Amino acid sequence: MRYDATLAETIGIRGHGDDLIEAYTARPMDPGPHPGMIVIHHMPGYDRESKEITRRFATMGYSAICPNLYTREAPDAEPDDAAATARAQGGVPDERFVGDARGAAAWLRSLPNATGAVGAIGYCSGGRQAVLTGIEVDVQATVDCYGAFVVGTPPDGFPLKVGPLADRIPELGAPLLGLFGNDDSYPSPEQVDELEKLLQENGKTYEFHRYDGAGHAFFSVDRPAYRPEAAVDGWAKVADFLARHLHQDVVGSN
Amino acid sequence: MCTYSTEKVALARSSGKTRDGWQPMSQATVYYDHPVHAPDAHTVNIDFLGREPGSRVAVELSLESARELLAALEVTVERAKHH
Repeated sequence: MRYDATLAETIGIRGHGDDLIEAYTARPMDPGPHPGMIVIHHMPGYDRESKEITRRFATMGYSAICPNLYTREAPDAEPDDAAATARAQGGVPDERFVGDARGAAAWLRSLPNATGAVGAIGYCSGGRQAVLTGIEVDVQATVDCYGAFVVGTPPDGFPLKVGPLADRIPELGAPLLGLFGNDDSYPSPEQVDELEKLLQENGKTYEFHRYDGAGHAFFSVDRPAYRPEAAVDGWAKVADFLARHLHQDVVGSN
Repeated sequence: MCTYSTEKVALARSSGKTRDGWQPMSQATVYYDHPVHAPDAHTVNIDFLGREPGSRVAVELSLESARELLAALEVTVERAKHH
């Protein structure tokens, strides 16, 4: 009988500017050691489903942490209210996000049973932030789930304090897994092509999977966009990718 | 989420009824994006925002309902000139 237990709780960590920010963490309770995973929540916020994803990574053998990127705008607010407030203020500035992601990575590495390897995964706006994490933060793998505006020009009325990352792809320091729906408009299949071309031109380690019959947010189990076949396969691809890049000593790959 | 595009309107001398009662509303954001509650994949969403994140009056409208609301607003604002 395999012992299967997870500790999940809210904690405070130090993020950008040494600010105290809220985070949700889930860790396997066996001695490990365990790699870490940073879960970057989608634009609708630090919600029940993001916490569920965080717990799932713990069941997969990772110490996981999901920082509440809207802590500062909306402390203790309900996730939808926090997301609305963040949207009205133009979203999360990249510099602040990077500081929070660095804080999350440092917290994961401070755990007594950490291996030191840390990965990141982000959904929706978090997909772009996952790529940014691979550029700015010391991580060994990163996963972009349908992040918009990694490449491409934002439309008129775009209020967020972010821009495309195309010119920064040469700085990407971590292997990248990308999961995309072919019916998505942001990012469109053409934008996914453009990102893939940039990764190839810069000799980056990457792996893309694109799903027919799926659009944006196909992992979102509580939304009409949920596509079980794409999501089930996507989770398998995530598990495989992380096993190869965050367990290198264990599996002996790469 | 999908398009990120957001129209913002500063509100003056305006109020909304929140879960904590009536409060001044200072800003409205309007955007077409994934709803939290309404059944469509995308809706026209309006957030009336007040003093704090929790004092928000939010609606998620189907495109058809949003068009009808827009027409009703135009008629009402036009009519107000004659009062």
